[in-house]
Amino acid sequence: MSAIAENNRAVIRLKEKFPSAVLDVKEFRDEVTVTVSKENVVEICQFLKTELRYNLLTDVTAVDYMGKDPRFMVVYNLYSIPNKDRLRVKAAVGEDGPRIDSVVGVWNSANWLERETFDLFGITFVGHPDLRRILMTDDWEGHPLRKDYPLQGPGREPYKGRLS
Amino acid sequence: MANKEIMTVNMGPQHPSTHGVLRLVIELDGEVIEKITPHIGYLHRGVEKLSEHRTYHQAMTLTDRLDYLAPMSNNLGYVLAVEKLLGLEVPERAQTIRVIMAELTRLKSHLVWLACHALDIGAMTVFLYCFREREQIMSMYEKLSGARMTSSYFRVGGLSQDVYDGFEADVRRIIDEFPGYFDVYEGLLTKNTIWLQRTIGNGVISAEDAIDYGITGPALRGSGVDWDLRRDNPYSGYDKYSFKVPVGEKCDTFDRYKVRLVEMREAINILRQALDSLKPGPILADCPKVCYPPKERVYNTIEGLIHHFKIASEGFPAPEGEVYQSVEAPKGELGYYLVSDGGTKPYRMRIRPPSFVNLGAIEKMGKGSMIADLVAIIGTLDIVLGEIDR
Repeated sequence: MSAIAENNRAVIRLKEKFPSAVLDVKEFRDEVTVTVSKENVVEICQFLKTELRYNLLTDVTAVDYMGKDPRFMVVYNLYSIPNKDRLRVKAAVGEDGPRIDSVVGVWNSANWLERETFDLFGITFVGHPDLRRILMTDDWEGHPLRKDYPLQGPGREPYKGRLS
Repeated sequence: MANKEIMTVNMGPQHPSTHGVLRLVIELDGEVIEKITPHIGYLHRGVEKLSEHRTYHQAMTLTDRLDYLAPMSNNLGYVLAVEKLLGLEVPERAQTIRVIMAELTRLKSHLVWLACHALDIGAMTVFLYCFREREQIMSMYEKLSGARMTSSYFRVGGLSQDVYDGFEADVRRIIDEFPGYFDVYEGLLTKNTIWLQRTIGNGVISAEDAIDYGITGPALRGSGVDWDLRRDNPYSGYDKYSFKVPVGEKCDTFDRYKVRLVEMREAINILRQALDSLKPGPILADCPKVCYPPKERVYNTIEGLIHHFKIASEGFPAPEGEVYQSVEAPKGELGYYLVSDGGTKPYRMRIRPPSFVNLGAIEKMGKGSMIADLVAIIGTLDIVLGEIDR
């Protein structure tokens, strides 16, 4: 861990408050990423919002690391308008019936962003008030942004031309 | 005693005031909106999925098609994210030209916003004037990149080519002429009784709620939050320019209108400073592993041809890691979250579209208002469906 991540005020406070839930802290290109356990994600987000003034939830998304265990990483990009700094919080979610607690109770902007992550990755957000597909149609099968979902879509001949 | 009966009305996806293919299912009590359920995704093309199968240079062309009213802002966010991932420094001339194009794009996007917003509320003259002025910027786009909308003019490391002869004069003409046009628009709208009645007190959202719903850009500043990424987290040399960040007070459609008009005047201000500081110099970083060689070398030397071929066919590997880079696009915070596994293609490219998150607040803003005011609320959010659906 480098000096920037070590001296980041949010990282120091998080480690004090949740010593067992902060699993990893990384720094890359001056950006700090904190990996936390998924059981504590709502508490930690609430703490970050009220105590450390990360009042804007910029983005919620996921990354599919197929072949690794746990398979998915849910990513929260936070921003503090008073302090003008960013923090990235990640939580790992396993492959079988992927689920994580919803943070809609903390920030309302999570509503649509979690719906999109549910739609495209198939991760269930427990406690979400209206968890429906948002970009794909309601009767769509599969979750397009998973790595095992074919690029050309289901039930079609794979594209045989060049991709790059 | 009148019985309360809820009527459900469908608006869109083909409706002139929904700015594309937005569908709203509205539950009405008389003329008052009880609930709005937006349905989106009609324009979903899977940009994020496609980009996982393109090299970094190729994936840029997908970003033109997000917010198609502001293609160069999308390009800018993308190239900055890739450059951050690579740790690449861009020459000053390229940075300044990027700022000039980003601000022209802001003008172009705001002109369409004003045109359509006014047309939706019934002011047709403004629409015609705005599109006339927008054409000047569109023809600059065409001269610069060969395309009016799908520009892809920026490159990872700099620009695809230097500006054409007469570029400075074209920008100078816009700087000189546009403030007069803005006066005309304000003359048509700012004291227009119909305009005032339709916009004052419409679509009110408090600063706390706006932040809670993740609203960014001019819509957030209209609610009185003094925050602009260009000033607070500067990129591409924005820290060299001084400009005002306008904020509203009453959190309504009229204040958002005033904020955007001041933003257009400030864009002219930034353009003037950027043009004055524009000096000759390289337009591409000195990094042959990443950047395309100059065309003269490609056409005239075998080494240049091999170099071009290698970058075009294989791309360049990016170091393993993840970055998030955002820009103040005309609609709000446009962010790119790139995850690299060390390969030549993004392992994951997440686009954080401002319109998508801003539209999420429509239910809050529209609830309790009259159905006729909903058109003004859609207009004031300034959404583009190409970016929402991706």
